[in-house]
Amino acid sequence: MKRDDIIEYSLYNHHSEEEGVKKRKEIYKVTIILSVITFIEVTMGIVFGKALFLDNQAVWDLIKIAYIGLTVVKAAYIILVFMHLGEERKAIRWIILAPYLFFLLYLLFFILVEAGADTHI
Amino acid sequence: MAGEATKQLTSKELWGGKRSPFSISYGKMMMWFFLISDALTFTGFLSALAFMRVYYADVWPITENIFYHFPFFHHTELPLLYVAFMTFILIISSVTMVLAVEAGHRMDKKGVTMWLFLTVLGGAVFLGSQAWEWSTFIEGSDHGAYDLGDGTMGRILNEEGAFEYEGVTYEGTVIQLRNRTIADAELTADLKANGRVVKGANLIENEYGLPLYADFFFFITGFHGTHVLSGVLINFLILLRVRKGEFEETGHYEMVEKVGLYWHFIDLVWVFVFTFFYLV
Repeated sequence: MKRDDIIEYSLYNHHSEEEGVKKRKEIYKVTIILSVITFIEVTMGIVFGKALFLDNQAVWDLIKIAYIGLTVVKAAYIILVFMHLGEERKAIRWIILAPYLFFLLYLLFFILVEAGADTHI
Repeated sequence: MAGEATKQLTSKELWGGKRSPFSISYGKMMMWFFLISDALTFTGFLSALAFMRVYYADVWPITENIFYHFPFFHHTELPLLYVAFMTFILIISSVTMVLAVEAGHRMDKKGVTMWLFLTVLGGAVFLGSQAWEWSTFIEGSDHGAYDLGDGTMGRILNEEGAFEYEGVTYEGTVIQLRNRTIADAELTADLKANGRVVKGANLIENEYGLPLYADFFFFITGFHGTHVLSGVLINFLILLRVRKGEFEETGHYEMVEKVGLYWHFIDLVWVFVFTFFYLV
């Protein structure tokens, strides 16, 4: 028996040619951003070789934080634009992100506080 | 998405029943839930790596001294460049995937087929690159390395004859230490007499330093590679179904969107692996 009270959400996701042009423009924009960030990371990796900073922890920490910052920006673009999470409703967005972020903080807490790794950083 | 998710609805309408308060289909929601659990597994791996990396900071191998090979360019040191190429390939295949999803929203069968095919191709190139990277790592450098006994290794750059390194010409055995200096004659003579040579890397030994480094390399890139393999296979199966015109019949290409989520997730994980394994 076919039910007629179920909403097929996928059918509402269709868009027209004009909207498609706009969407593709955004995709190309994000592609350029991701490529540029990767290029910056690799250039940094080659210029600031780790061996140069074995005795200079403070500078290396700054470089490390820069890497992590760039990575988080990349991740945000992938999740919000490529995976379309930015276009979903707020409720589902937080249902997906909040549990993950909670466990991430939990793990970071273990590493930084419980395991004493902070004494090295 | 355009459509349902952006429609202005009061919370009473949204949560009052008879519809998904999230305006999202069951399949897509379940894919997201799977991805959260998978993301937590990778987070566990990467935080274990981070902890060990800090714990053994004094002897942890330097990535640039390990991954300097490039296919077809023997005896040239190009640190990180091939991994950067792999990262770029994966990002581009993520882009072709999102373009396939976009084409699906316009019910453009030809577009979906083309972009999905390119995605499968990108994934295959990445897998091949990873296989090459593994075999290069397992095989090791030309001459192997001396176990220095303090948890680090001295890579043997030269065994006999003259050897030029960074403008200086050396004679006889030349080894590269962790801090990139060339060992003096006394140390190399002693190592030559009593040293143990390790060649290549596996789960027990690692010519580049700590065996733990190799363990993490095989575990993390291996687990990610398994995801890429299954992603390529799933994308290929969906490509066959697109070609058969199955989704034309269903009226939407949501299946492409769902496997797309998985594929983007693989790219997302690699972005973090690239940073935490190779760069930091």
